[in-house]
Amino acid sequence: MENTQTPEYSITTNDLSIHYGSYTAVKNVNMKVERQKVTAIIGPSGCGKSTLLRAFNRMNDFVPNCRVTGEILLRGQNLYSKDVDPVEARRRIGMVFQKPNPFPKSIYENIAWGARINGFKGNMDELVEQSLRGAALWDEVKDLLQKSAYELSGGQQQRLCIARTIAIQPEIILMDEPASALDPISTLRIEELMQELKKNYTIIIVTHNMQQAARASDYTAMMMIDEQRSGGVIEFDDTKKIFTNPKDKRTEDYVTGRFG
Amino acid sequence: MLRKTFESEIKQVKDDVLMLGSMVEQALVDAVEALKKRDIKAAEKIFQEDRAINGKRFEIENKLMVLIATQQPMAHDLRLLASCMEIISELERMGDYAKGIANINIRMGDAALLKPLIDIPRMAQKGADMLHRSLTAFVTEDVEAAKKIPIEDDEVDALYNQIYRELMTFIIQDPKNIERANWLLWVAHNLERFADRVTNICERTVFIATGEMAEIKSTDDEFWKKEHQEK
Repeated sequence: MENTQTPEYSITTNDLSIHYGSYTAVKNVNMKVERQKVTAIIGPSGCGKSTLLRAFNRMNDFVPNCRVTGEILLRGQNLYSKDVDPVEARRRIGMVFQKPNPFPKSIYENIAWGARINGFKGNMDELVEQSLRGAALWDEVKDLLQKSAYELSGGQQQRLCIARTIAIQPEIILMDEPASALDPISTLRIEELMQELKKNYTIIIVTHNMQQAARASDYTAMMMIDEQRSGGVIEFDDTKKIFTNPKDKRTEDYVTGRFG
Repeated sequence: MLRKTFESEIKQVKDDVLMLGSMVEQALVDAVEALKKRDIKAAEKIFQEDRAINGKRFEIENKLMVLIATQQPMAHDLRLLASCMEIISELERMGDYAKGIANINIRMGDAALLKPLIDIPRMAQKGADMLHRSLTAFVTEDVEAAKKIPIEDDEVDALYNQIYRELMTFIIQDPKNIERANWLLWVAHNLERFADRVTNICERTVFIATGEMAEIKSTDDEFWKKEHQEK
């Protein structure tokens, strides 16, 4: 399943801005998200990290008054052009949320359901197993597949949500604070999982936990608001660089815990 | 301000490094002074000073470990703490050179100095002065000074070469001088190595301030390169 297609960037943004009515929440973002790497978005609360992440799979479509200007290119195709079906776009770009949100169904159905809706006609048992293995959950749940997903622990539920996401074979997985509701061990397990997942998928993660960004990501985008309270990417670089020798003084202050 | 506690702990570590540096500086000055006066008692005291230096080094190392584990330093903080680890190990080794000089003094027993010491105290003075200024540059993160100080190592090397040639003439004159000349040669060698390590401290200072990890070249590197190419 190793994905070796070109181009080398999964997402490219050109002067991307996101507006709510007359207020610009995110301004002029130009970034290139490399394929099959983990890119972290960090920055203080209210700097537009989640807003930016949501723009990547058109989740902002649901927000009244929200307007996107500039471009988000997915392999060269503008995500916001009229001929793009947002439902199809969200199939290609999966999302995992802060709080695990499994369906009130069995573990098995949590994975099978989405795949079925998306017209999956193959061997469902195989897909369920493969997805659960991909999310490092199979060994823990293989004998409980018909049990309710709610019987799992928080960390297991989150991995189930990841399994559900990879069952529909997206290209990109967006993660919005995927471990902030989890205990430290479950957190490390999710971080380890990201290293496995990036062999096949591009991952973008929003996190408040700087150590997590440092441990788990290849690239880091630092966001900050300006005087108009618009968020922007002030520095984007190798994660190693951001945490050992950032260029921007504001990044330095943030990663060393002197601002935030 | 955020991280007030961490800031004050960092300041404490810097003060500790300065303290260790001044102990090393003192040990070197004392060791050469004791040699000059052929004072064995004073030389024995250097061994105590060295134990204190080693103890201080371990104390700082431990503090650094705790800070790294508990505060998860990043960026400039990380470069600073990691570099302190390096600098204290340099200082500890520099203390060993002072101890080495004291050791030679003791081993000389009641033999008189081959000649009155002139250039050796000069080398020691120069080395101690370079160390002192390199630590000031470290604390203030003065990149310009940190890049200039290693150039002065050439003066120390010149003194070393001069001492070497002088002692060789004593040896050539009379083979009975060999042992006493050799002692002084070892003293000069220790002083030469002492000054070399100042360069390492300066390199760390540049790294802390700028993030660039590079060797600061002095002319003896060029000298060795040339020698090597000729062969």
